[in-house]
Amino acid sequence: MPPNASQGSTSGPTMILGVIGADCHAVGNRILELAFREAGLNVVNLGVMVSQEEFIAAAIETRAAAIVVSSLYGHGEMDCRGFREKCVEAGLGGILLYVGGNLVVGKADFAGVEAKFRAMGFDRVFGPGSGPEHGIAALKDDLRARGVAFG
Amino acid sequence: MAEGRVHLLADVGSTFTKLCLVDAAVPAVLGWAAAPTTVATDVNAGFDAALAQLGPEAARAGRTLASSSAAGGLRIAAVGLVPELTMKAARLAALGAGGRVVEAFAFRLTSADLERLRALRPDMVLLAGGTDGGDAEHILHNARALASGLPDVPIVVAGNRGARDEIAGILAGRPAVRFADNVMPDVRRLDLDPARECIRELFLERIVSAKGLDRLRSRAEVVMPTPEAVLRAVALLSRGHASSPGLGELMAVDIGGATTDVYSCAEGRPASPAVVLRGLPEPFEKRTVEADIGMRHTLASLLEQCQAADLAGAAGAPTDAVRSWAEAAGRDPGHLPASEGEHRIDLALAAAGIRLAAERHCGWLEEAYTPEGRVWIQEGKDLGPVRWVVGSGGPLAAAGSRAGELLAGIRRAPGSVRLLPAAPQFLADRRYLLWAMGLLAADEPAAALELMKRHLEPC
Repeated sequence: MPPNASQGSTSGPTMILGVIGADCHAVGNRILELAFREAGLNVVNLGVMVSQEEFIAAAIETRAAAIVVSSLYGHGEMDCRGFREKCVEAGLGGILLYVGGNLVVGKADFAGVEAKFRAMGFDRVFGPGSGPEHGIAALKDDLRARGVAFG
Repeated sequence: MAEGRVHLLADVGSTFTKLCLVDAAVPAVLGWAAAPTTVATDVNAGFDAALAQLGPEAARAGRTLASSSAAGGLRIAAVGLVPELTMKAARLAALGAGGRVVEAFAFRLTSADLERLRALRPDMVLLAGGTDGGDAEHILHNARALASGLPDVPIVVAGNRGARDEIAGILAGRPAVRFADNVMPDVRRLDLDPARECIRELFLERIVSAKGLDRLRSRAEVVMPTPEAVLRAVALLSRGHASSPGLGELMAVDIGGATTDVYSCAEGRPASPAVVLRGLPEPFEKRTVEADIGMRHTLASLLEQCQAADLAGAAGAPTDAVRSWAEAAGRDPGHLPASEGEHRIDLALAAAGIRLAAERHCGWLEEAYTPEGRVWIQEGKDLGPVRWVVGSGGPLAAAGSRAGELLAGIRRAPGSVRLLPAAPQFLADRRYLLWAMGLLAADEPAAALELMKRHLEPC
């Protein structure tokens, strides 16, 4: 059975959303929540200052299809290190892992940033310029590839 | 002659069976008595001994309601999925129902876990796991494990709604199974009352007779575990009833010989928007039990957690005297202070235990540094605004005019990260009424509230 596809959930597939680390940026998080919800996802929003462990715990309980991590304050690389490995340890090795925001300090070349986060096990990486619609479109494609449709 | 509004209230405790006769029409406490509990032989002997002390007045009672914490109390094993989410939710629900959580289990129950469960012999298992529409695999695995590995134990299922039908199939044919709404329907939202109610139903239907309390039947109706009665009393005192206002947000501590119970009726939200709340939200009516803090059976572990030297300072006694008192009283639960010095040591130990239990009950702050500066993270409830703290239990009754000293530690120290009440006023339950008023509350809430307001004494 695909994750969360037919277990009595009232809306579409479940995703975990939150801002990682010691990052208090709440506004973008709220906008993402509304956008993903509007697109038909069952959004579990953990808010700001979320640890890797909290993302993973919520994903286990809800049998989430994806974890969408935001990082706006430039310390994303530090905060996200080892995230995929922890998912694997927790039995969530196959979960979709997205990250987006101002992931590094300064004006780094986005291709380099993307490559770095891909190497860390993130399925999709979104830069400062991308809006919620990019994430939603990507999630639709990736979930469809896994046999889950929504929206 | 029996009168409709006279109630006889009974509590079959682990040590004493207590009776409290109340006329709700006045309202007034007409009498109070206690005798050693005799649940190991025939619970009625202790009940009758206490009843005899009340004299002929007791015959006026129209209804006799009882609570019980005898024979180990209500021993519950909590099973959830993730430790800090549904396992914690199951634990909170069990505590809120007046249970004692003998152990909590997360993820998949293993054969070693089942072995452990068989050895623990819980009265009941509370099985949670998964949000509604979330993970079903673990709770199904655990239901199967319990079905084959723990055949006779009553089970309350309060997990993922989507798994309920399948679990009903797995547990079909078992006599004592109840299904409640999920204790954690969404991540970070708790719904504990339905599970609490099912636990109470099973307690009445199964546990009461299993513990030999059904022998009381011709004398009293056992309706709930003692801690649940106390929680109901505290909730009524906080909320008020009809036109009679309650005291608002409050906290209560009940220190016993083996354990210490702490209750709070408070929102506990962060005091400022600059504080970020982390972890599971906690229920408005929250109960915790400290199994290692008590004035007799668990005195050794209490002493271990406090500095004997600090206690000696507080008691104005030599450190050796504190140690030898703790040894003697820990060995013999009936041991009583024989001198003013021992009395002071006993008080200092009780005050330290009460403070420790209260600190564990309330939330705490943690500092975090962000590029925008320092922020605070709060975990658990901030009881800062709580105005009233009620103290109950043997030491409070024995402390006389010094009850206030026992509770004085329940106050947030400047700079402390423990979110205790900032400026509380203390009340002592010298007449040991809380459990009785909790029993009375269902039939006569106005009288129960009035009697608590009258008899809880500022200290």
